[in-house]
Amino acid sequence: MAAISRDDVAHLAKLARIDMSNAELDHLAQEMSVILDAVARVQEVAGSDVPPTSHPIPVNNVVREDVVLPSLSQEDSLSGAPAQAEGRFKVPQILGEE
Amino acid sequence: MTSIRSTAAQMAEALSAGTITSVELTQAHYERIGEVDSEVHAFLYLDKEGALAQAAQSDAKRNSGEIQSPLAGVPLALKDLLTQKGIPTTCGSKILEGWRPPYDSTVVAKLKAAGVVILGKTNMDEFAMGSSTENSAYGPTHNPWDLTRIPGGSGGGSAAAVAAFEAPLAIGSDTGGSIRQPAAVTGTVGVKPTYGGVSRFGLIAFSSSLDQAGPCARTVLDAAMLHEVIAGHDEKDSTSINAPVPQVVKAAKKLDVKGMKIGVVKELQGEGFQAGVLERFHDGLDALVSCGAELVEVSCPAFDYALAAYYLIAPSECSSNLARFDSMRYGIRIGDDGVRGAEEVMKLTRHEGFGPEVKRRIILGTYALSSGYYDAYYGSAQKVRTLLMRDFNAAFAKADVLVSPTAPTTAFKIGENVDDPLAMYLNDIATIPVNMAGIGGMSLPCGLAPEDGLPVGFQIMAPAMRDDLMYQVGGALEATLLAKWGAPILDSAPLLAAK
Repeated sequence: MAAISRDDVAHLAKLARIDMSNAELDHLAQEMSVILDAVARVQEVAGSDVPPTSHPIPVNNVVREDVVLPSLSQEDSLSGAPAQAEGRFKVPQILGEE
Repeated sequence: MTSIRSTAAQMAEALSAGTITSVELTQAHYERIGEVDSEVHAFLYLDKEGALAQAAQSDAKRNSGEIQSPLAGVPLALKDLLTQKGIPTTCGSKILEGWRPPYDSTVVAKLKAAGVVILGKTNMDEFAMGSSTENSAYGPTHNPWDLTRIPGGSGGGSAAAVAAFEAPLAIGSDTGGSIRQPAAVTGTVGVKPTYGGVSRFGLIAFSSSLDQAGPCARTVLDAAMLHEVIAGHDEKDSTSINAPVPQVVKAAKKLDVKGMKIGVVKELQGEGFQAGVLERFHDGLDALVSCGAELVEVSCPAFDYALAAYYLIAPSECSSNLARFDSMRYGIRIGDDGVRGAEEVMKLTRHEGFGPEVKRRIILGTYALSSGYYDAYYGSAQKVRTLLMRDFNAAFAKADVLVSPTAPTTAFKIGENVDDPLAMYLNDIATIPVNMAGIGGMSLPCGLAPEDGLPVGFQIMAPAMRDDLMYQVGGALEATLLAKWGAPILDSAPLLAAK
């Protein structure tokens, strides 16, 4: 049985940048343990000789000519911004934190 | 006489014969939406003004003799995870409430270029995570067959709109069954094309190695016509396949499966499948045999592990993809009081903006990708993926297409599975292997389960880039069953007949 504690979930939530209440953390810790038990079966089946597949079609390094084409205007790019100033995205302070 | 109950192909024919205009057809669908959508709740947004303008433009082009694509002037409903310039796109999430994308997805650009009229955006499980549309931040969609039941998910809105005659066509997206399972439980047709067959540009990403947009319709031919409009190589999507689109319309019209080998997947029947679902599935098999096809039993032992592998791979990819919702460039922002820092605001926004299932999957994916657990979980799941592809390759060496029931049960009651994520995930047991291998899959109705009178879906799976094969088999099966029933299956939905 995979034991996931509330502290484990709190750490994961911090990594995922999601604020969570104590009730949410408790509930998720319980659910995660059950789900992880169910999905842990993947460890039973494939031996070390089986290569992993990350993608259904083997694609890599798809390139094209570097042609200049019209792109989104500054106005369009900013159209969904929660806040903007002087034609830029305005964000809360990123320095001065711990 | 053309009506909202006509097929898209019939509507296209009437438009081209001049017996109806696109504006009339579009208005008729808005009237229907006005009558039933307060109960069905298939739509999140209606773009009446834009759609009627599109329709008028299509009519004008037709009058001036301009050659139009086959579906020009036919209305369509769009799943709310594809961007349409200027039209609210929420992906069923609160975090994108009010967002109007500044660009068209490639699917939408192709629809517009073909003159298809986009009526509005359809409801879905938040970020396409779910099998019932109950995870939408905007309330559930109701199954037109029985309003107390789920319409499937995540594309419940698209399937319900098509089943309730609110639109003859819709676009869905399928990461683990989100087009096919809703089609199954609403008595409609849904197709997940080969991975890379339809561009993902402008499709809000959930699990990038699995996501694929595709057509929802009431007939196999209609789905094929829409498939040809949206498919094809796109420079804006590096995973899009640079090869000719399979000729699916031609295949849907063949109505001939003589000598074809139909592989019945041993692992996708029996335990966990409702008796009535299996009964109707076997009717479908009988119908194919009566058309001269040959049944072959195939075994795919790794399928038993597909669900477990999926619920590691999809959450892992989602935890990475959904990092883009950071409250900085678009979407809602919570708690920006001038004092809190960016990270704090981000955390508060994601707390408010994401629903429980999305949070569950992000946390699960973050765990599966974290150091120390990566090999045991994500790494093992990727190996299962290899085994699944090997199973498919072996099966396709014996059969032209594979078949199974689409979903293990008919539509369940709204609320029945919401507190049990694992029970909910089981809905996708037969559809997930297709996404994991990147091949094509179709669901079409094969009758009503005797125990509850609800529709059952028949799934056809075809090798990658042979989407034409599933349309060929689907078209023949549909014609045979229709001849047996004497009327389309949606005619037997009590609620639909009454309206």
